[in-house]
Amino acid sequence: MDPDGVRAALAAHEYLADEGLATAVYLAVVLRRPLLLEGEAGVGKTEVAKVLSRWTGGELVRLQCYEGIDVAQAVYEWDYSRQLLHLRTAEVRGAAGGEPPGPDLEDELYSERFLVPRPLLQAIAPTGARPGGADRPAPVLLIDEIDRADDEFEAFLLEILSDYAVTVPELGTFRAETPPVVVITSNRTRDVHDALKRRCLYHWVEHPDFEREVAIVRLRAPGVAEALAAQVAAAVEQLREMGLYKPPGVAETIDWAQALAALGRSKLDEAAVSLTLGSVLKYREDAERVRSAGMADLVQAAVTRGA
Amino acid sequence: MATAHIEGDRIAVAFAHVLRGAGLDVPVGSVVSFAQALGAVGVGAQRPVYWAGRATLVTRPEDVSVFDRAFAAFWLGEGSAPTAHSEVVPLTVVTDDAAEDSPAPPEAATAPSAPTLTVRYSPTEVLRHKDFAACSPAELAEARRLISDIRLRAALRRSRRLEPARRPRGRPDLRGTVRGALRAGGEPVRRAYLEPGRRPRRVVLLCDVSGSMEPYARALLRFLHAVVAGGSRVEAFAMGTRLTRLTRQLSARDPDAALRDAAAAVVDWSGGTRLGADLRAFNDRWGVRGIARGAVVVILSDGWDRGDPAVLAGEMARLRRVAHRVVWVNPLKASPGYAPLARGMAAALPYVDDFVEGHSVASLETLVEVVAR
Repeated sequence: MDPDGVRAALAAHEYLADEGLATAVYLAVVLRRPLLLEGEAGVGKTEVAKVLSRWTGGELVRLQCYEGIDVAQAVYEWDYSRQLLHLRTAEVRGAAGGEPPGPDLEDELYSERFLVPRPLLQAIAPTGARPGGADRPAPVLLIDEIDRADDEFEAFLLEILSDYAVTVPELGTFRAETPPVVVITSNRTRDVHDALKRRCLYHWVEHPDFEREVAIVRLRAPGVAEALAAQVAAAVEQLREMGLYKPPGVAETIDWAQALAALGRSKLDEAAVSLTLGSVLKYREDAERVRSAGMADLVQAAVTRGA
Repeated sequence: MATAHIEGDRIAVAFAHVLRGAGLDVPVGSVVSFAQALGAVGVGAQRPVYWAGRATLVTRPEDVSVFDRAFAAFWLGEGSAPTAHSEVVPLTVVTDDAAEDSPAPPEAATAPSAPTLTVRYSPTEVLRHKDFAACSPAELAEARRLISDIRLRAALRRSRRLEPARRPRGRPDLRGTVRGALRAGGEPVRRAYLEPGRRPRRVVLLCDVSGSMEPYARALLRFLHAVVAGGSRVEAFAMGTRLTRLTRQLSARDPDAALRDAAAAVVDWSGGTRLGADLRAFNDRWGVRGIARGAVVVILSDGWDRGDPAVLAGEMARLRRVAHRVVWVNPLKASPGYAPLARGMAAALPYVDDFVEGHSVASLETLVEVVAR
């Protein structure tokens, strides 16, 4: 296996990576290091984790970050309502002349039966805590949009990623038998801490070039005619140069091509663009700007480039 | 095989040395990773080596061009390795407590003291209300000492994180109830409850450092440092001919080092003003996608914008749609007869929640109260 092999494997699972990304993924797998992917929204960062899961057969475990995310939502929680029920049952049994609740009641309550694993624990101990299942490939842990979480959470994550172990005070330490493949994405709304960057391999994901974008559309939207795919990719390429509030990502290119195909179009024209602009531009101001810049030129240039 | 490894290690260390010389920050751990990566891809072919270096030694897109030049010099012998040129920083901007490096005005001959009884404020009190632009160097140094003590407390917002409630309200806290029940021998006597906690909102400061702001820039930068280093959720940017993020530089505890680094980061002090364009850059890169959401955004500027006021108005509108509140601090507002006639200021005003002064220590202290509302 080498970077080219990885590239081919990803392509076989419908992800067209460039050389740099393929090398970064290869190193992440070989060196067992988390891969930190930064880039504009919609360049396909999250998709990398999904395709890795398809390729390796490892389960995809996703942790979506948000402001205020904490350990209970990221690592584990206790199933309190079941614990309460268990308590009541023990009491009722005691009152009915059975076993009175003993000192081991607490151990019972905080046993694995009542543990609810959240993504980070699932990725480290995929089968709960029980050994076995060792022949299953390592899970793929996707930590999505780390930049939305706060510093405290990042520091905590650093701890987990350094030895792939989680400690539950009542139960002890879970350690990964095979460390998960970790993909961390960031839209760079703030800089991730240097300490975390040092722990990871880093790759800045660019928008694909024209040929690769055409190939991606063809791959992900098989119903789209080749000429249309090329014209749409060319038009999107232009839109990204226009200084819009939200330049379209690859996902928008695919959506747009599919929308046009759904309307039965096989090539780009002004009327079709006007009808489907909402699938590629998500701000009213952006749509206004494109309309006032002249749709005819956009279509004309795209048709020429896509020919 | 072993020799190949040693070879890779030596190459990795040597190349890291070149990168450091070019001004990149290359921690030892990254060099180790690079050496391991070379072990994985080999050192025979150039492209895998290049990408292995990119994945292990570069952590910011801004550093790619420096890396590329260093790579070409080291591996291909093209050109010469870039060297970090230390920028000559205009020291006037940052030297603090400037009393010794700019000659203080000679003391006026002391007038014969007439035996009058005058009620006087303490000198500190007078200074607190004095316009920065009218301060002598010695007074400015003193004012900066006062500013260093300012801390920012942002308005609170409800967080998603729940905290134990003192009274029975909010959501039932089963966890707390279970814990309590265990202490009571299994009987859930006390019901525990949770309610949303309160966390301070993020504060984002955008400070105009263009030519017209020069009398105030030093004092305001000192203010930025005090609140960034003293608070946990404060972001700071300089708006000049380019937008520059200063949070990292200003986080340093030592004010002199922080201001020196911040000054070095800003490309062009006292240049032209491009408020609209800078605000656009802020919205695009940071604001709308993250840090301005639900934040208190403070713009420190006199509102002179040479760009198109429509651009500024449009960007202010975008900012206001994501921010919790927008505060505009204008040092000129305190001048008698000031009206916000500068085109930029007039365009921005409809989108401002609080329009306050920022010409003196006292007005900055007032600003702190406004932000905390």
